[in-house]
Amino acid sequence: MGTLIAVMRRDFTLAIRAGGGFGLPLVFFVSVIAVAPFAIGPDLVLLSRIGPALLWIAALLSTLIGLDRLFGQDAEDGSLDLLLTTPSPLALIVLAKAAAHWIATGLPLAVAAPLLGLMLNLPPETLGTVALTLLVGTPTLTLLGAVGAALTVGLKRGGLLLPVLVLPLTVPVLIFGVGATAGIAGGGGFGPSFTLLLAVMLGSLVLGPLAAAAALKASQA
Amino acid sequence: MIALANPARFSAIAEKILPWLAGATAVLFAIGLWQGFFVAPADYQQGETVRIMFIHVPSAWLSMFGWTMMSIASLGVLVWRHPLADVAAQAAAPLGAAFTLIALVTGSLWGRPMWGTWWVWDARLTSVLVLFLMYLGVMALRAALDEPSRAAKLVAILTLVGFVNIPIVKFSVDWWNTLHQGASVFRVDGPTIHPAILVPLLINALAFTLLFLTLHLLLMRTELMRRRLRGLRLRAAESGA
Amino acid sequence: MTPHTGYIIAAYAFAAVTVISLIVWSLLDHRAQRRALADLEARLGPEAAKPNRGKK
Repeated sequence: MGTLIAVMRRDFTLAIRAGGGFGLPLVFFVSVIAVAPFAIGPDLVLLSRIGPALLWIAALLSTLIGLDRLFGQDAEDGSLDLLLTTPSPLALIVLAKAAAHWIATGLPLAVAAPLLGLMLNLPPETLGTVALTLLVGTPTLTLLGAVGAALTVGLKRGGLLLPVLVLPLTVPVLIFGVGATAGIAGGGGFGPSFTLLLAVMLGSLVLGPLAAAAALKASQA
Repeated sequence: MIALANPARFSAIAEKILPWLAGATAVLFAIGLWQGFFVAPADYQQGETVRIMFIHVPSAWLSMFGWTMMSIASLGVLVWRHPLADVAAQAAAPLGAAFTLIALVTGSLWGRPMWGTWWVWDARLTSVLVLFLMYLGVMALRAALDEPSRAAKLVAILTLVGFVNIPIVKFSVDWWNTLHQGASVFRVDGPTIHPAILVPLLINALAFTLLFLTLHLLLMRTELMRRRLRGLRLRAAESGA
Repeated sequence: MTPHTGYIIAAYAFAAVTVISLIVWSLLDHRAQRRALADLEARLGPEAAKPNRGKK
């Protein structure tokens, strides 16, 4: 347990201090949202209708952008080899690293989402829902992304491969996440979608770290 | 399975089976195409376009068959460490991708006259599209890794993750469609298939499956030679030849 | 001839082109590997085919 907390604290500290890492995903998130109306048009009715979807896509992209750092830095400086030899199960270490990564990237997005939702003219009852679904959805995205990050960790240029591998896995998260908010706006169906979103999160909470740990072992062997 | 563990023996057996398999494939395709074009009646609802089914459905079946085969082979890599498992997985990927592409394109060409649109975001089409992307992902990952033993394990892990993913995608898109209530407009509630169409369909499905197996054996043979070639070249380079 | 003949032909044509190119690619690749392997084995001599007996 001590190891896990130490790993988490270390990763979190690195995320905050290394090269303006902290807040950068958030800036990216805000930038995507800020650019979208220029492509779609300033129609506030339309924006409020597709707002939740926009926020989700932006969150998906900002989660994917930073994923290669999840194991990449550790593989470069050799600390990944150390982590592989610790007595704690590797899957739990992956979980700790994913948690640190999420606190540094996903959590700020979920917190900032209602503010951006206001700019997209979302109705008040949707604002909370978007934040809530992102709060559950972004850790799921990070966990699924951890699998992709572990698979591509040994690659010199895994940059584009990682999102290509991870995006097909994120379809259910996107559907249930946006579905829960759309259910509110459409007058029904928040509960079921949200429950399914939770189910996907719990599933990836177990399978994600296991698969990522297996991939890390295979790629360092 | 144990007798086949030796690549040389496997190649010898494959060499003997291949001509027969290829011959059976050709015969079945001849029967299947003849039945599909001249024996099967036009559907009373869909007219002649029902003939697209004879290539679309077998391809769609093979798209799933291919991934299932890769998943079993992946278990072979990770659990049983069978020496041929990775070769089987590698050979199945381009075949699966090709048949998935055929399923997508023929489905689209079938959908245009039937639904009035090239593409419908329904559960089946969407999950096949996701499956196609995952085939490309698996192939891209293998291409990016240069050490064979590492590539074998990593690709196997990705394949198994995908195996879990596809049913979830199918279910979630079904859900998504009921949410958006668009599917009922496009859904083809076809009648249960009449035997006059079912028989040609089954023959064609069998022909496609045999084609897949023939090509799979051939590609496995080729890959075994490629790996042996790589090994020999490495050894030759080491000994300074 | 029905109004949809074009779609049917297009579907069969696409499937045929894909399957045939798959077959041709498989055969060409197979032949190339076989030839390369035969060349190399001939060049290295028979002892190279056995493990761990490369020329020093």
